[in-house]
Amino acid sequence: MRMASGLQQPFRNAVLILVWSWLLLLVLVPNLLVIAASVMTRDAGSFLSLPLTLDAYRQLLNPLYLEVFLQSLYMAVMTTLVCLLIGYPFAWSLSLMGPRARILLIFLLIVPFWTNSLVRTYALKLILATNGLLNQGLMNLGLINEPLRLLYTEGAVIIGLVYLLLPFMILPLYSVFEDLRKELLMASHDLGAGPLATFVHVIIPLTLPGILAGVMLVLLPAMGLFFVPDILGGSRNLLVGNVIKNQFLDARNWPFGAAASIFLTLAMAFLMFAHRLSKRRIGEEGA
Amino acid sequence: MLQTLLSLDNVSKAFDGKPVLAALDLDICDGEFLTLLGPSGCGKTTLLRIMAGFEQPDTGSLTLAGEDLTRLPPERRPLNTVFQNYALFPHMSVYDNVAYGLKMEKRPREEIHKRVMEVLEMVQLQNFARRKPHQLSGGQQQRVAIARAVVKRPRLLLLDEPLSALDYKLRRTMQGELKRLQRELGITFVFVTHDQEEALSMSDRVVVLRDGEIQQLGTPREVYERPANLFTARFVGETNFFPGRITSVEAARLRVDVMGLERTLQLPRFEVSEGESVNVLLRPEDIRVLGPDDPQGLPGKVIERNYKGSTLDSVIELADGTQVLASEFFDEDDPAFDYNLGEPVRVSWVDGWEWLLPEESVAAAPGDVDEDG
Repeated sequence: MRMASGLQQPFRNAVLILVWSWLLLLVLVPNLLVIAASVMTRDAGSFLSLPLTLDAYRQLLNPLYLEVFLQSLYMAVMTTLVCLLIGYPFAWSLSLMGPRARILLIFLLIVPFWTNSLVRTYALKLILATNGLLNQGLMNLGLINEPLRLLYTEGAVIIGLVYLLLPFMILPLYSVFEDLRKELLMASHDLGAGPLATFVHVIIPLTLPGILAGVMLVLLPAMGLFFVPDILGGSRNLLVGNVIKNQFLDARNWPFGAAASIFLTLAMAFLMFAHRLSKRRIGEEGA
Repeated sequence: MLQTLLSLDNVSKAFDGKPVLAALDLDICDGEFLTLLGPSGCGKTTLLRIMAGFEQPDTGSLTLAGEDLTRLPPERRPLNTVFQNYALFPHMSVYDNVAYGLKMEKRPREEIHKRVMEVLEMVQLQNFARRKPHQLSGGQQQRVAIARAVVKRPRLLLLDEPLSALDYKLRRTMQGELKRLQRELGITFVFVTHDQEEALSMSDRVVVLRDGEIQQLGTPREVYERPANLFTARFVGETNFFPGRITSVEAARLRVDVMGLERTLQLPRFEVSEGESVNVLLRPEDIRVLGPDDPQGLPGKVIERNYKGSTLDSVIELADGTQVLASEFFDEDDPAFDYNLGEPVRVSWVDGWEWLLPEESVAAAPGDVDEDG
């Protein structure tokens, strides 16, 4: 025993140092740089310069950007709702299946991750295009006479976002459904609650941490995945992610891009806080 | 005779083609404490679930006070369940757990409050109303589960091994509590357990189940003293079996040769004829251990002595290897009482204390009993 721990000690330290330097170099330092950039002045030559100013944050309140933000939030919320509506029953039925079917379906859910999401978004473009698979299929079936305009619409962006983000909704939901004890549902029925009352008073509260985790994993990326509107959307279907990308790559306004990033990060922190609260409510944490 | 509250008629159930309950009939009386006793896999939990409505019987019907329950979903049955692992809602306080059933009945808020506090007081948890289930001990959670079920004032309370998760001492306390509650509330209790001691001490009547069939239905005393078959005899308490051969049948008596010992026994309830084999059953407390020179009894030697406080339990091996369990009350004034290991003794019993069962295959007796149901 003593020898084993003697050998483990340096290994343990090495791992800890690795993890901490990773977090320091790739999380803390970049974030500090973003914060620093957000309070500096825009500079045409070297991107950033002194003096320190809050101009970038003031610019965030510009009605033009507010509109982009609201449009982006709208698409992200729609994406999240669609993911929740598909993911919730999917995860629930998944938890009720036999182990073999369950493993197969989870495997199928993970397979798309093996292909780069940019490539998959281009594939989706081929399906949704005017002469794409979907339109041709519908026309061959005689359901429509002329191709539908699917591509370069808000709908296309939402379809793309749902397609990319759905697994992130299903997996946390599946994990809470797997922990949901069947006796609790039986107890609810036993005490006189019908299926609907049981759903509202027992199933939803107990799966709330999964719902919030899923929402967190879908809503924020849905505001940031800029390449989806770039490929599938029209000129008006901008995400906050597009704004940030444009500020850094096209408009060369780094302070403003940084401020917008910080805004997204704060929104995420708020959602994580809500998630923690919901978990504490059902007594998963604390004594 | 008491009125029948719940009546099960020809109830059977199979899972994946494997029968669990076989054409079972059972009448549960109003106000009684009925225990379903049996080893794991005997169908007792399935039977309880059919009563609660969580399982549908393949055949047969359930009638509660004249109303057909068979197709009624659990939420519409006037009976409640105390689950084995309590199944308390983890996201609700003790108060909300107990109030849940009344809220579902859409009772007025004041009535809910009054009834919840009443029942919490009854289980001595009035000061824990705001706690969450995970902040309570096992025994307290158990009491919340009971409070949550009885606050609805059900006609019948189903209890699925409710004490199996508690330690021995707490279990004994809760057994007393449950009996007290049942008396105070006047609710019919159907209690599932695999613990025969618990069944005997708590019940008005015991149903002994095995492989989905009722082996015996009777008062604890009947089940213990007059078991219907070898299974019941072995499952309920410790038993010694002696093979006997009937040498002659008289008007009210029977002469039986028990391992070479000629005994005069009472006529059993079943048909007997000369030359037949019977099982002579004796509970350990009915066995008398005599000195080696005693003219009566079967010779053997003491191979185990266990001091149990009020009794002295010994195992005596007979000449043919049969082991006999004897449990004797202490008699400090009797110098001959204590035997040493290996000491030759004779075992006997008072005529009339034995119980006769017809010969049946010994393979029908249960092996060891699992702890879970």
